[in-house]
Amino acid sequence: MGDTDYIFSVARIRVKETSLLTDADIMQMVGMKDADAVLAFLAEKGWGDGSGSQDADTMLAQEDEKTWDLMRELKLDPAVFQVLSYPKLYHNLKAAIKETCTGSAPGHIYYDIDGYGRDRMLKIVGEKDFQALPAHMKDAAQKAYEIMVTLMDGQRCDIIIDRACLEAGLAAGKKSRNRLLMDYEESTVAVTDIKIAVRAVKTHKNITFLREALAPCKSIDVNGLAAAASMSDAALLEYLESHGYKEAADALRESPSAFERWCDNRLIETILPQKMNSVSAGPIVAYYLGRQNEIKTARIIITAKANGFSEESTRERVRMMYG
Amino acid sequence: MSLGMALALLGAALATGLAGCGSAWGVGVAGQAAAGVVSEDPSQFAKVLVLQLLPGTQGIYGLLVTFITLSSIGVLGGDPIESTSVGLMYLFACLPIAIVGLVSGYHQGRASVASIGLVAKKPDQFGKAMLFPAMVETYAILALLVSILSVTNIVQA
Repeated sequence: MGDTDYIFSVARIRVKETSLLTDADIMQMVGMKDADAVLAFLAEKGWGDGSGSQDADTMLAQEDEKTWDLMRELKLDPAVFQVLSYPKLYHNLKAAIKETCTGSAPGHIYYDIDGYGRDRMLKIVGEKDFQALPAHMKDAAQKAYEIMVTLMDGQRCDIIIDRACLEAGLAAGKKSRNRLLMDYEESTVAVTDIKIAVRAVKTHKNITFLREALAPCKSIDVNGLAAAASMSDAALLEYLESHGYKEAADALRESPSAFERWCDNRLIETILPQKMNSVSAGPIVAYYLGRQNEIKTARIIITAKANGFSEESTRERVRMMYG
Repeated sequence: MSLGMALALLGAALATGLAGCGSAWGVGVAGQAAAGVVSEDPSQFAKVLVLQLLPGTQGIYGLLVTFITLSSIGVLGGDPIESTSVGLMYLFACLPIAIVGLVSGYHQGRASVASIGLVAKKPDQFGKAMLFPAMVETYAILALLVSILSVTNIVQA
């Protein structure tokens, strides 16, 4: 599809953007007295079924589904659409492997992805028919399944699938030739690698674990990052500062939640220029990612309110909005 | 038909054809954007319709120059031109609106799409949004003036 094929869809998205939550809305939510007030505020904004009687999980799941339905309706180029679907697809694979190997059946954690919903994914994993999966998933699925069956190591299963998801997203972003997707996937891999390194240094993981978990990308040297993270906190901070991620190091020194916020804000900064673009799939992708960020932030605020976090502590956790 | 008449007719055809193509493209893309906005917010219909129509003027300018040319060269009445040099003069006189109409129609369409996006997000900024594509119109009007002045001042000696 050419850029001008998206003119109708981008115009629709421009109207939809007027109902996105703004930074002011988020600050208003942070200042509310409890989770119920936040849910009522969101219901007034048209979230969920608008009844105001839904619980947080149902409302947020419904918003996610609405956004996904809109993406289907806008008939994006399949190459672009696939990139957006990868996180949900790999999530379903992870859930199916764990459900198959452990016997527990948390059915609600699956996404309703075209062709690879709960039933199909469980059938594929149960029958070890990994050839039925998309090409980019086969090897990771087989490896993660074998590790779960033989070692029951859920963490290794997670890192194998997460890395495969990042690598598939990066490759599909390049294939889509969409500048936003290329930049976003590159930033996603770099930020996720830094997150993994930060968690690894706190849990004293060795370099072998890090090399298995970190996905290579252009903007960060994963070998250097793994080496620094396997040494100490200080080594990792020094590495980040000397490799163009001073803000990440500063956020890490401030607090873990400040670092998480930096990670998400960095990704939102990648999509902000799409507000000035009128004729490509970029604004549609940016809207989808902005909505995901919005839902995530709403979940953080509701959880913080439900657990009695202070306003100051909640404010530290909220993300920059696309709206 | 003389070679001069053929050249003059070619100029008249280009004026309507190329300027019309520019307008058709511009109005087409702006129409797609306008439909996208109205599908979500029907109350914006009047505003986006005005923005959609802005790139349509180039086609009208081309048509105007074509009528004046056809009238001057004797197709719509009077003596048909015979001279090749006079025919060539009519051809060149028609080119400004033909070429500028095509290019400005295309770019005005893109400017209209962007302005429709602006109105979609900030409906109260309609006045400012209309100015951006209207700026492109300046060059279509300049080309129209040059073509009309040229066509009407050719001496058929």
